[in-house]
Amino acid sequence: MRRWLADHWVMTVGLMVLLYLFLPIAVVAGLSFNRPSNRLSYDFNAFTTDNWTNLCGPADLCDAVGRSAWIGLLSTLFATILGTLMAFALARHRFRGRSLTNLLIFLPMATPELVMGTSLLALFTAGGLQLGFVTILIAHVMFCVSFVVVTVKARLAGMDARLEEAAMDLYATPFQTFRRITLPLVLPGIVAAALLAFSLSFDDFIITNFNSGNTVTFPMYVWGANQRGIPPQVNVIGTAMFAIALLLVLATNVRRRRGARVA
Amino acid sequence: MTLLTGVGPRPVDAKGGGAERRDRRRALPYLLLLPGAAWLFLFFVVPTIQLGATSLYDPSGSVTAGYAMTWEFSNYPDAIEYAWPQIVRSFGYAAIATVIGIVIGYPLAYAIAQKAGRWKNVLLVCVVAPMFTSFLVRTLAWKTILSDNGWLVGFLRDIGLLGDDGRLLATPAAVILGLTYNFLPFLVLPLYASLERLDYRLLEAAGDLYASPTRTFVKVTLPLSMPGLVAGTLLFFIPAVGDYINAALLGNTNTNMVGNVVNSAFLSRQEPPQGAALSFLLMAIILVIVFTYVRRSGTDEVV
Repeated sequence: MRRWLADHWVMTVGLMVLLYLFLPIAVVAGLSFNRPSNRLSYDFNAFTTDNWTNLCGPADLCDAVGRSAWIGLLSTLFATILGTLMAFALARHRFRGRSLTNLLIFLPMATPELVMGTSLLALFTAGGLQLGFVTILIAHVMFCVSFVVVTVKARLAGMDARLEEAAMDLYATPFQTFRRITLPLVLPGIVAAALLAFSLSFDDFIITNFNSGNTVTFPMYVWGANQRGIPPQVNVIGTAMFAIALLLVLATNVRRRRGARVA
Repeated sequence: MTLLTGVGPRPVDAKGGGAERRDRRRALPYLLLLPGAAWLFLFFVVPTIQLGATSLYDPSGSVTAGYAMTWEFSNYPDAIEYAWPQIVRSFGYAAIATVIGIVIGYPLAYAIAQKAGRWKNVLLVCVVAPMFTSFLVRTLAWKTILSDNGWLVGFLRDIGLLGDDGRLLATPAAVILGLTYNFLPFLVLPLYASLERLDYRLLEAAGDLYASPTRTFVKVTLPLSMPGLVAGTLLFFIPAVGDYINAALLGNTNTNMVGNVVNSAFLSRQEPPQGAALSFLLMAIILVIVFTYVRRSGTDEVV
């Protein structure tokens, strides 16, 4: 036993830490099947599937989720386009002002959300802009761009430039080379960046809290509900988010493995 | 499309237009950068300047009447005096959480990178997976787990680690636990990336040269994982200092952090100059920490 522990203690500690990471997820999943005894009680009372079937029961919950999804989709679209273009410029071109650009991309990732949220609020107030859907969108695109650049750039850096040169040597036009070689090779990076951007936007609370005015996103809804009692349906959304994201990750993993086998 | 591939066609057009084409190529990276850089400039750089300006407004103004720019530098000492306990708490809590994060995150990253074999990818997904659930929902789950009539408090009371009226919720311990929990993956992932590249033969070589496992760790593993450890620590510490969700949901008024003060200054007490001063100060301190930390550790590639 002592011998075994000496050999495996790192793995044992690692698995215990993973258990710690999953504990709240288990609680969320469990509570999504709970019929609470009263509005402010979060103890497990009785098993029910009502929360799943009556998802939109609590007023405004589904509206908030839908709004978050819309903001997430739009900010993903804008941030992915802006960030991918920047990644190509940084990975494929030498130009003056490169380190300044890198700094501009790095800083938003090194700045606490609190600072970015209050900065934008100060700007919107000074500019007399009405807080709401548009100001949330502006903010989300801003903090997602850097993460897209980093993700796509990493993919571009790991790509073999000789494949493109080979296509050119075989008389492919620049457009054909881009369409048939470059794009398929970078696409996984762009998809990963888009998924990351969506999850960052969908889940953002701090920056949104400062710039949303009266617009209620899903995290804003949860924050507000905390004062008057969280409806159990919130746990259903939490569990569903977890399940969907996990399925997406597994699906891409399986596809990648299958692709590797074919190659 | 050359602009995206960057691998230009052979220069066969020697007859003319070469200079024009060269000019266009030189302008290309700027055209690609323009939309994104403009967005970051307008909505990151300009707002930060505006935050600095707001922090110097005359605090006697009001939201309805507007604020006059009076270069009120005294806002800073005033704000620091007002929020001193919360500032100290923010950095203290975040520092303690970071140390705990390293202590539990390092074995996890090492186990995945060096010991997991073909389970590596599965375990890696497991590290990220908890973040798929909403941040607030996860933190509220901790509120349930730590609640006074929950099984955890009951268990700790039974084994005598907590007094009979001892509690976890609304204590500094709960806030630190929440911070550790929410930002741990940010620490583990860069650390994993560093440890994964670690050449196992170097560890064997150290063993062959009669280094004890501890000595091997201190002399070989730890220095080689430094870039990941530095990046991970920063990615953990920065959001933790600025966080106020954990303090608000898991703590009480005696565990408030600087974020709580900034939040109420802007959104409920209507004192934007004070909030802006604290926020600006926080950014300045963090930038100083980031740049000295990165320089000291000699890992410039983080920036």
